[in-house]
Amino acid sequence: MFRPSTRHNIPSSSSNPALEVKLNKRQSGIGSSGNGGPSSRYPYRLNFYERPPTLDITLEEFETFAIARLRVLSQIESLSHRSLPFAQLQSSITNYTKQHLLLSSNTARNANLDEERRKDEIGHWVLRLSFCRSPDLRARFVRSELALFRNRFETDDVNERAQFLRSLEFDWQIVDENEKMRYEKELRNCMWEKKDDAFRSESWFKVPWYTVPDLVGSRRVFIRAGMAYVPQSLQISLVLQAFASRLEKALELTAKNLPRLDEDDRLGPVIDHLASSFLSGVASSDYQSSDSEGAQGVVTAEMVDDVARKHFPPCMRNLYDRLKRDHHLKHFGRLQLGLFLKGVGLPLDEAVVFWRRMYGATMSDDKFNKEYKYNIRHSYGQEGKRTNYPPKSCQQILTQNQPGTQDSHGCPFRHFSPENLSSFLSNTYPQIDRSSLEMKDILDSVKNTHYHVACTRVFELTHGIKKGDGLGDGESVAHPNKWVDKSRELEKDIIDRIKNKEDSDEMMIDS
Amino acid sequence: MPIPIRDDSMTDYDPSSPQVMNAFYRRLFPYRPFFLWLNQDQVPSKLFTHREFAFTLAGDVYIRYNSFHNSDEFKKELIRLNPSRFEIGPQYSARPRDRKTLAAGALQPQRRELVFDIDMTDYDEIRTCCTDKKICKRCWGYIAAAVKVLDHALRETFGFKHLLWVYSGRRGIHCWISDQSALDLNDEQRKSLVTFLEVIKGGKEQAKKVNIRGSKDDAEYHPVLGDALENLKMEFVKLILHDQDCFGTEKGWEALLAILPQDRDLIGGLRREWQSDPTRSSVDKWGDLQQAVAGLKKGNQLLFKKYERAMQDVILQYTYPRIDAEVSKHRNHLLKAPFCVHPGTGRVCIPVNPDQVDEFDPDTVPTVGELLNQLDKAAAENGETPSQRRVEEYEQTSLKSYVEMFEKHVAAVLRDSRSTKRATKQEGMDF
Repeated sequence: MFRPSTRHNIPSSSSNPALEVKLNKRQSGIGSSGNGGPSSRYPYRLNFYERPPTLDITLEEFETFAIARLRVLSQIESLSHRSLPFAQLQSSITNYTKQHLLLSSNTARNANLDEERRKDEIGHWVLRLSFCRSPDLRARFVRSELALFRNRFETDDVNERAQFLRSLEFDWQIVDENEKMRYEKELRNCMWEKKDDAFRSESWFKVPWYTVPDLVGSRRVFIRAGMAYVPQSLQISLVLQAFASRLEKALELTAKNLPRLDEDDRLGPVIDHLASSFLSGVASSDYQSSDSEGAQGVVTAEMVDDVARKHFPPCMRNLYDRLKRDHHLKHFGRLQLGLFLKGVGLPLDEAVVFWRRMYGATMSDDKFNKEYKYNIRHSYGQEGKRTNYPPKSCQQILTQNQPGTQDSHGCPFRHFSPENLSSFLSNTYPQIDRSSLEMKDILDSVKNTHYHVACTRVFELTHGIKKGDGLGDGESVAHPNKWVDKSRELEKDIIDRIKNKEDSDEMMIDS
Repeated sequence: MPIPIRDDSMTDYDPSSPQVMNAFYRRLFPYRPFFLWLNQDQVPSKLFTHREFAFTLAGDVYIRYNSFHNSDEFKKELIRLNPSRFEIGPQYSARPRDRKTLAAGALQPQRRELVFDIDMTDYDEIRTCCTDKKICKRCWGYIAAAVKVLDHALRETFGFKHLLWVYSGRRGIHCWISDQSALDLNDEQRKSLVTFLEVIKGGKEQAKKVNIRGSKDDAEYHPVLGDALENLKMEFVKLILHDQDCFGTEKGWEALLAILPQDRDLIGGLRREWQSDPTRSSVDKWGDLQQAVAGLKKGNQLLFKKYERAMQDVILQYTYPRIDAEVSKHRNHLLKAPFCVHPGTGRVCIPVNPDQVDEFDPDTVPTVGELLNQLDKAAAENGETPSQRRVEEYEQTSLKSYVEMFEKHVAAVLRDSRSTKRATKQEGMDF
């Protein structure tokens, strides 16, 4: 059971291997092990997470370690949806984990092995708590954890890996020489390497066939009487299978015991929050401003108007203009614009100011505070299930929550009639003339449902960029916030250039 | 109500009439062994009580997620609903009938017999005797060959013991595996097993459907296919060459030439020869091909090997089991129960002995009409009223031998299930 070290007296069912973490707020429980070689607690880099950690940790560590691991797992998940070639997938995972969840081998120098491994272990166990509650979450967690383990297993030092495997004490039955010779023909048949030496030096394990479904499905092992003969070289399948099945079982057990988790309101919200942010794709590759303050620093309520005129993509410009004119937007419009502004760098308190100002006199303070403020706070992850929703991508805007008759959200390229679109574009962007070739170009793209192409063309025209360059290197607009980022970056470049020129001009005068 | 008896003349019972089906469910369906077979125990267990049954009623009404506390309740409902057929699903994590009161996602399939379905439809492109829904003793040969290969692979390779083969009522066969290890397989494991066994792949537009030699198409077979091939060589000669004469027509031999490696001399030579003498039988043509390929042996070893492998592939393509893979991959797939009556043919879905599958003739399978006639006759001879009889009524019909075969199978399943249960109990005591 989960046992925070507060003074409640809990009937402890300590035979239950679900999780045993002691919490202590006052003391950060890092042992004095310091740098150096592996300690007795973490002798190997790889970990099957069989024994729950029983050490004291701070609340902060509880959360930060979990979030660090969560980032890695959701990155792995989004990578695996992109059907990359296997080698490329592995190297992407390796690079990402190196940055966010470094785990060094025993031979590594200048690494605090204990600290890294402790972080790895605690992160894993905390996430178990958040991810055990539904079969769907469990499956996703196991899949991502498995991919992470596999990556580490394959990049591990050969000797250390062998030692680690020995420590697990699998009860795999080894095929003896007699049996090996009896099935020589069949076993050879299933080997890639056809040489005699290879056969002689290879050894086989015998396991029930259903423990290695991947090898069975690809006909890579010989099977007789329900037993699969797995050569040493394919051992990884066995290890992964064992890892996954143990984790699945443990998660189910944790799920059963979770309702009995007796804790003092400090962990519950953290645990809930972790699972829901995984679902909404935290740290996924959707859109992430380079730091929490937004790519170009904080935007205040006063600045929104200026930024809108210079840097908003058509969909947001449309919403903003409407809001300015009508002092009102319908729900999905507010959501689309609000999340976008958050991505641009408008902090929560500024957002409240901004919306209050936009609604103006049409709404009483009372009504605003009661009905609208909550929604704004909600979209910043401060209310309800506390999900920090990411700004909507073009794909979401195009396909989700189609605008109804009274709505103004959506994508102008998709949801405007051609006449309305061309007058909207020519009115909003003086660079695009209504009867120009460019406009025809844009409308043609729209007709062929290449909305992002049309949008990218507008970006090029309004920023004086050559056709085909898009947001740089030919990238097309896939997210409204990418448009803003690039637009502001271009502006900054120009300002810098002017400044540099002025500086050098001054210097010339000086000298 | 006993059905009225007319002297000598047989009553023509129509399997699509509700009264006939009702009589079948009341008097003939073997409830006891059927319950034990699914339940694997005398006392109702989750394997029965949490099991889904789906009924097809008159007018294509389909009711899913039925479940029953025991055999009696099942019988009562079956007689009341009087379905034209019914299907069996998996044991769920809760009673399927309660699904509306459960939290979303709480009803998950858990255990289920491993099942296979072979249907004649998949053989339409290579059978010459019948088409579409028809089936005769001759095209049963394909099913027989498939059963033998599959039965062997499932027993020898995967080590299963309790296989029940059931005639599907028209032109196919089902297999139900009741081993404990089979019940426990999850979907991923089922999928891997099916992929392992599946050899014939590809749609209508793909001529060569056997591609099992790796990317370069030159690797050795997996041993289990080597086994299968040895057995199928005989079947190929008997069934494909002699009986079905698959390469007799131009369409037939062109299909053969299309899946061989395209060496212009060899293929062209054969085509000319066969076109000039269209009366050559399939046996002769296969001989021509063998001869032509043997001629390569001296001059072109590489091409010879290629053709040799391709000819093995041909044998597999024409005789290897064509299983409906989707049925086996998921636990929640429903499959028609044994001893149902096929609504179209009136035939009872009886068990088939895999050792005698060659002798099986779909035309001799008892129909519900015949069985009811036999009951009428027995009643007339004995002059007894049904209520006084202690024996089961099916014992007076030709269904008897099939039920006995089923009971024998069920007894073996129960023995095994009991011993595993005892073993786990003992283990439990050790804690």
